[in-house]
Amino acid sequence: MKSLWAVTLATLVKDIRLEWRSKDALNSMLFFSLLVVVIFMFSFDPLAEESRHIVGGLVWVAFLFAAVVALNQTWARELRNQVLDAYRVSPAPANALFLAKALGNFIFVIVLEALMTPLFVIFYNLHVLGPAWQLIPIGLLGTWALVVNGTFFAAMSLRTRNREIMLPLLLFPISIPAVLGMVAGTTAILTGENSAHFYIVLLLTYDVVFTTACLGLFGTILHAE
Amino acid sequence: MKRLFPILAVLTAIFLAYALHLALSKATPTDALQGDVYRIIYYHVPSAWSAFLLFLINFVASVVYLIRRSPKADIVAVVSAEVGVVFCTIVLVTGPIWARPVWGIWWAPGDIRLTSTLVLWLIYVSYLVLRRFSSSAQTQMLAAALAVFGALDVPLVYFSIWFFRTQHPQPVIGGGGSMDPPMLHTLLISWLAFLCFAFLICWSRFRLELLKREVEQAHAMESLVGAGESAKASLPLSRSSR
Repeated sequence: MKSLWAVTLATLVKDIRLEWRSKDALNSMLFFSLLVVVIFMFSFDPLAEESRHIVGGLVWVAFLFAAVVALNQTWARELRNQVLDAYRVSPAPANALFLAKALGNFIFVIVLEALMTPLFVIFYNLHVLGPAWQLIPIGLLGTWALVVNGTFFAAMSLRTRNREIMLPLLLFPISIPAVLGMVAGTTAILTGENSAHFYIVLLLTYDVVFTTACLGLFGTILHAE
Repeated sequence: MKRLFPILAVLTAIFLAYALHLALSKATPTDALQGDVYRIIYYHVPSAWSAFLLFLINFVASVVYLIRRSPKADIVAVVSAEVGVVFCTIVLVTGPIWARPVWGIWWAPGDIRLTSTLVLWLIYVSYLVLRRFSSSAQTQMLAAALAVFGALDVPLVYFSIWFFRTQHPQPVIGGGGSMDPPMLHTLLISWLAFLCFAFLICWSRFRLELLKREVEQAHAMESLVGAGESAKASLPLSRSSR
């Protein structure tokens, strides 16, 4: 039996190769968040000084919704040809599959954020007043917070009717502290009014708690019959 | 057991009426600052405490289900979540009704108790939605996992809002201070009455759910037996033996 990391790496490489060839998730996420940016531009005056206060919320709402688009596709891919059933009967550790899926989604969403952030900067004329480097830990930790629970709940909602709708219904209430951390932390850095340290610690705690919970419960969810 | 239920129901009704009488009577003093408006506390706070207790029961029952896979623990979990959501809804409705005359606003967005109660309500509504939408065989397991996630989320919600609040302006909300003993007495009596009421609903809902599952099982067995017989009838050998 292969080790956890070997299986994780194999599944991750397979997912990235699939995504590289089809670009399904990335294209739909990109277009979706672009639409969100454009719609928000009609609602708020991007030139106003206040836009600095709201843009933290806008950025993360766009990424949150876009991430759901990608998360919904992760497991649906494995349903075709009964891949998931095959995985269930194989001796490979369940957590390897989960880690690979979560890491894959993490990479996709990070790529999306890297592509979209310059657009936000251009459209909203942003220049950061606080310590800009702190946006990196907030981005990484916040994205992992969304993706780790999102991957877990996407696996859960596979077993439900109308699963595409179920994912946000399950994910958003649980994600509220993480979303608060991301939005408030980003706003604190953009405005330079407050320190963002607490939010980084909050996101880190959230990530540790829920990564542990996901790894502890994923086997049960995968094998639930 | 069946005979005990109506007796308990009558006793609870009397208890609730007594609590209401205490809450509205002159024996319980009127608040010096808020006037009679404050009396909604005897409705609002007991509902909140009952809801939190029920959510705690839901968490414990879900953990027990995850460990032991006992169907009864799952029924306890679903029942406590349903009744808890009802009590939490009462809290969220009576809260703004109280806040409007006292604070001058319906809702204080930065307030820690309001916001965390709202998030708690959202989490448990999503729990009930999951139960409603998932296919019957795996519902219990998925719901139990979600309940654990929800319970882990509660302290994080609380601390995140607690910190968020310290950075943002908010309406002055009278905190601290101790209650007058007769007020506290009435509050505790109300809470006990509410707990009896909650227990009563949970009990009847528990029996209902148990019956529902028995009926479902009986239906499944019947269709299984029926399918077996029709399959037997279609076999040439059994047909000739008839």
